Amino acid sequence: MTSLLKNRLFWPAAILVVMLVVNAFTSNQFITVRDGHLFGSLIDILRGSAPLLLVALGMTLVIATGGIDLSVGAVMAISGAVACLLIRDLSDQNSVGPVLLIMLVAVGVSLLAGLWNGALVAVVGIQPIIATLILMVAGRGIAQLVTDGQIINVQSGPYATIASGFFLALPVAFLIAAAAVVLITLLTRRTALGLLLESVGGSPTASRLAGIRARRITVMVYVVSGGFAGLAGLIYSANIKSADSISAGNLIELDAILAVVIGGTALIGGRFSIAGTVLGAVLIQAMTVTVVAVGVPSEATLLFKAVVVVALCLSQSPVFREKVFGRFTPRPAARAEVPAS
Amino acid sequence: MTTIDATPDTGNKKDSPSNPRRRVYRPNTRYIPILATLALLVIMYGGAVANYENFGQPSVVVNLFRDNAVLLVVTVGMTFVILTGGIDLSVGAVISLTTTLTATLLQGGWPPLVVLVLVLLIGSLIGAGQGAVIHFFKVEPFIATLAGLFLARGLALFINQQSIPIRDETWKAISEYRIPLADGVVTKPVAVVAVAAVLIAAAVLAWTRFGRNVYAIGGSADSALLMGLPVGRTRIAVYTLSGFCAALGGVLFSINSTSGWALQGNGLELDAIAACVIGGVLLTGGSGYVFGALLGVLVTGLIQTIIIFQGDLNAAWTRIIVGVLLFAFIVLQRLVTRKAK
Repeated sequence: MTSLLKNRLFWPAAILVVMLVVNAFTSNQFITVRDGHLFGSLIDILRGSAPLLLVALGMTLVIATGGIDLSVGAVMAISGAVACLLIRDLSDQNSVGPVLLIMLVAVGVSLLAGLWNGALVAVVGIQPIIATLILMVAGRGIAQLVTDGQIINVQSGPYATIASGFFLALPVAFLIAAAAVVLITLLTRRTALGLLLESVGGSPTASRLAGIRARRITVMVYVVSGGFAGLAGLIYSANIKSADSISAGNLIELDAILAVVIGGTALIGGRFSIAGTVLGAVLIQAMTVTVVAVGVPSEATLLFKAVVVVALCLSQSPVFREKVFGRFTPRPAARAEVPAS
Repeated sequence: MTTIDATPDTGNKKDSPSNPRRRVYRPNTRYIPILATLALLVIMYGGAVANYENFGQPSVVVNLFRDNAVLLVVTVGMTFVILTGGIDLSVGAVISLTTTLTATLLQGGWPPLVVLVLVLLIGSLIGAGQGAVIHFFKVEPFIATLAGLFLARGLALFINQQSIPIRDETWKAISEYRIPLADGVVTKPVAVVAVAAVLIAAAVLAWTRFGRNVYAIGGSADSALLMGLPVGRTRIAVYTLSGFCAALGGVLFSINSTSGWALQGNGLELDAIAACVIGGVLLTGGSGYVFGALLGVLVTGLIQTIIIFQGDLNAAWTRIIVGVLLFAFIVLQRLVTRKAK
């Protein structure tokens, strides 16, 4: 029992369970089967968390190397803009092949954006927060330029599928995110890659001296982060069936960083937890859905989120845990005097 | 015995590399980033004067301080935080809370002086709260202030989601007051406040015990603690100061725009961080000057002014150009700094 309480992920998981229970009681359909696929607010949470999950996954790898990627929101905007622009010009928007190709192009552009970030950090040697700030500022401008300042609407069946379609009774967006999680987990935990990431995060110089190509690994994580952000941008824009270069991925970088930290990955780098990130991302999305389900007025939404975030941050602080939960464990009489003084 | 043998050895090693120096004049390495920024700023200004008519007028430079007064004040607070190795993401949100609260209270007929003191106090309290959480519960500054961001903006949105006009006589009088500097050159009180903030902060940082403590904590918090410096007090004070500066910035904002709006100051925290970095304040802490941060603000302000003088750029291009100039500036500064070392 105490070991369960001591786990860093206990409180985030507990809050998630509470949210889901609240949802189960307040929303009229928590999980049901309709038209041959699952339906309800639980599925809404899974589907809605896909973009944040993808972005947070890439962010986890970047943070594991001691970096940070502020440009993910802008990359989402670029990827959605590129995809919608190309799809609009298709003669038949419902043909699967060209749409798939276009999505590949959009992800390719995002990978390039990630490569730019990685090069700035690893080759030029700019601090990550500033290097990615450049693309964060300029990227949204590029997206606006691509869409010519307009919101591009598309009517493409295959494109809409990646956000609102279902496969094997589960939402496609969720399946994409789940596949990404499995892929990254296998790559980092079944090969030496995870160890190398953590070693670069611990000390790039020491890793280089130990024979690890630290520079290459740093570039790689930014490229992966860019790619996942691009994929998230596609899901976002497919969901609203248009490219909105202003609000696509707005402030998602902060939510993603929050998800990563809730999941127990330290911002200083050197260790990371993919399961934790998944929990964090789903928790943040569950919070958004629950706020609506419970009927919190819209002006108090952010306040509600702030209270939960503060509670979560405190619950993860070792000092705070000791002060609050330390009471339950017996301790020497001499130490009991200290807090009183 | 071995210890005695070892002493002269280390003494020799220390002396030998310092002898062959002193051939050419080299500025103190601590000043190189600032000097590089200053040189680039002068070059940029010179280029703009050569290219645009009327750019050489003194009012352009004077207006730089007027238009960037809010950013300047916020950046001063941010400099202290970054010098201790922390970061404060909440400043933009504190500005929005301050403007909203100011406008609401003034509309409610509160005396202006009371409102001023109250909002400054609330800003400082938010900062102090964040500092306390960071120090006592060992929460990472990035996360603690991110929670502060959500909290402050959530409060602002809770108070009012609409833009509130300020019709108070005192506020309007300050907003419309002009200070003549020279023939045809006038400035606003907000600029004077901003410059005063810079001067006071520079003096505090350079000549007071508190200032030296800030540098010591940024260099190494553990060493500072072992030296008997008041690490906790200083750290909390630094965040309090940043909160105060953000609230002061919010007051200046409300004077400039004679209105309060919960979405004001969005993303200002990143502008302030960028200004600090351009000015040579290291994000790892312990190195940098308030005057560097001032130069950083002037650089971003000058970029904006040049874009206005260019005149034919739309919003998308403005973002891209700001990004490109930021990139060029940081790379150039890095090259200059690297060569000098």
